[in-house]
Amino acid sequence: MLPHVLQKDQVPTFVKHLQQTYRVVGPVAKEKGFYDYQVIEEPKDIYLDFPITVQSPKRFFLPAYETLLKYNRAKQQEGPKVEVEAPRTVLFGVHPCDIYATWVLDAVFSKDPKDPYYLSRRDRSVIIGLDCLKACDEKSFCLDMGSLYVQQGFDIMLTDLGSRYYVEAVTDIGENIAEQSDVLVLATAKDHAAHQQAQEKKQANFQHKVPYDTKYLPELLDQSYDSLIWDANARRCFSCGQCNLVCPTCYCFDIVDETKLNLTEGERVRKWDGCQLQGFAEVAGGENFRETTGTRLRHRVMRKGCYMKKKYSKTGCVGCGRCDRNCPADISILRTYQQIASGTVAV
Amino acid sequence: MHPTTILELKPEASPYLPMSAKLIHLEQFTEKEKFLRWELSQSVECKAGQFMQVGLMGVGEAPISITSAAGKRNVIEMCIRNVGDVTSALHQLNVGQSVWMRGPFGNGYNMSNCEGQRLLFVAGGLGLAPCRSFILSALENREKYQDVTILYGGRTPNDLLFKADLEEWSARKDCRLLVTVDRADNSWAGHVGVITTLFRKIKVDPTNTTVFVIGPPVMFKFAVLEVLAMGIPENRIYCSLERRMKCAIGACGHCQIREVYVCQEGPIFTYQRVKLLREGI
Repeated sequence: MLPHVLQKDQVPTFVKHLQQTYRVVGPVAKEKGFYDYQVIEEPKDIYLDFPITVQSPKRFFLPAYETLLKYNRAKQQEGPKVEVEAPRTVLFGVHPCDIYATWVLDAVFSKDPKDPYYLSRRDRSVIIGLDCLKACDEKSFCLDMGSLYVQQGFDIMLTDLGSRYYVEAVTDIGENIAEQSDVLVLATAKDHAAHQQAQEKKQANFQHKVPYDTKYLPELLDQSYDSLIWDANARRCFSCGQCNLVCPTCYCFDIVDETKLNLTEGERVRKWDGCQLQGFAEVAGGENFRETTGTRLRHRVMRKGCYMKKKYSKTGCVGCGRCDRNCPADISILRTYQQIASGTVAV
Repeated sequence: MHPTTILELKPEASPYLPMSAKLIHLEQFTEKEKFLRWELSQSVECKAGQFMQVGLMGVGEAPISITSAAGKRNVIEMCIRNVGDVTSALHQLNVGQSVWMRGPFGNGYNMSNCEGQRLLFVAGGLGLAPCRSFILSALENREKYQDVTILYGGRTPNDLLFKADLEEWSARKDCRLLVTVDRADNSWAGHVGVITTLFRKIKVDPTNTTVFVIGPPVMFKFAVLEVLAMGIPENRIYCSLERRMKCAIGACGHCQIREVYVCQEGPIFTYQRVKLLREGI
């Protein structure tokens, strides 16, 4: 399908049209200059000029708390039941880093045995991306991690051309949505030229922050296993797990049974868990295989920069900078990537 | 105003859906350890060294090693130590009651890989439970292997597990069993000392020998040194590494050792691999 344009003042109309078929999730402005993804009730609540959201939109595919099985202890012969809440959803205004991260999570949950909970929700979701033409702030390094330029993982991509958005549909679903909308107009030569200019300006607006090509990151991390930087950085870590919460590719979870007060009905639920929390690698009997904050930090950085690449051929860290931005102890994954280059022990 | 949809999935679609298992026999081995035999609602293909996720609705699941021999079976055995929420609930079961299980999980070990070899089993404490799945698989097909030697160490005579099997293996002419305890009491007439002291009593030809060392991390460290001193190559020494497990399907992250999900690529590893894993022991 050829590119179209959507006037900025027509965005609420476009969203209202989508709401007839889908649950629309989009970025809204919260207090104090923070932005986050939320289910949209009023179309005009959508705010697209945001730098970056506090959390990634991963919770719409992998909720922080979800039921795996429902059981009834009084009716054990029947066996537990499996239900998934999977509304048809449009994720509106997803930046490239989060599109890339969703692509990584898709690979994780599609490998055998497939996760029907994540995949049901993902299969019923449409992603409308919003390209980034300038860096959100000084903490992001998406250019280095390769997530700034995405070719797949989205259905429609919007590019800001000033008064309007350039609209490119890249999948059948994306095309269907675009064709069914009344407010999209075929792009003109002027729009095409403006889009090209925007892409050229985009390139100039991002700089490298990591002092080497990140294709060397897995090997550098492997060699830094015994480096002193892990303890040095982690000395001030509270093990609060904020980094795990806001990271777009963190997906570790705990499974617990929660029974109702009648002691009969209950649910086996999965909840987000974090490898930075103290008890994550603790076993019955009390042995903890990652007892110190240093070993836990090392594990997280190596997961993001090395292990996930080895397992899924995709970087686990997308350079969004959320862990850094939200860490109460000012620990930055970007800084560890910089430190391993020179073997520095920094504070 | 947004449409919600609740999809009811076919039971087979979820890897978290368990099968029913009935307790058909139980025996108290020690104060904290019980032997349980289960009849599963379906047959499963078990390899030596694999485990099941055993659970009760309302309590949760725990990974427990299968202690019976490899094969396609619907009756499996376990030795369970009472050490947490799930295991203490399992300890309160009576014969005839049922639980929910998933599995078998883990890479396990294909016993055909050591056919024709001399086998040495080194088991410490509760490590005898997973080790027994290897031992029984070997003894069931005894003609496929050369010598079979079993070393077993417990803390005290009261801590020894599988006493009936120990007597049976002692009586057999086609395998050698040596048992030791760290500390003896007046009733004990056997060997006293940590398990590494048993290595003095055996002579092992390092060519064509495969060794299985299963026990707590500290025992593993020292036992492996003895095995290496005998000249056994690192890729013929196997161990079972255990970690906290929740999903058992390589998703929840708790069992990770570096880039490895122990529930999928383990728990059976060669010493060669364990050395590289660094965080392993």
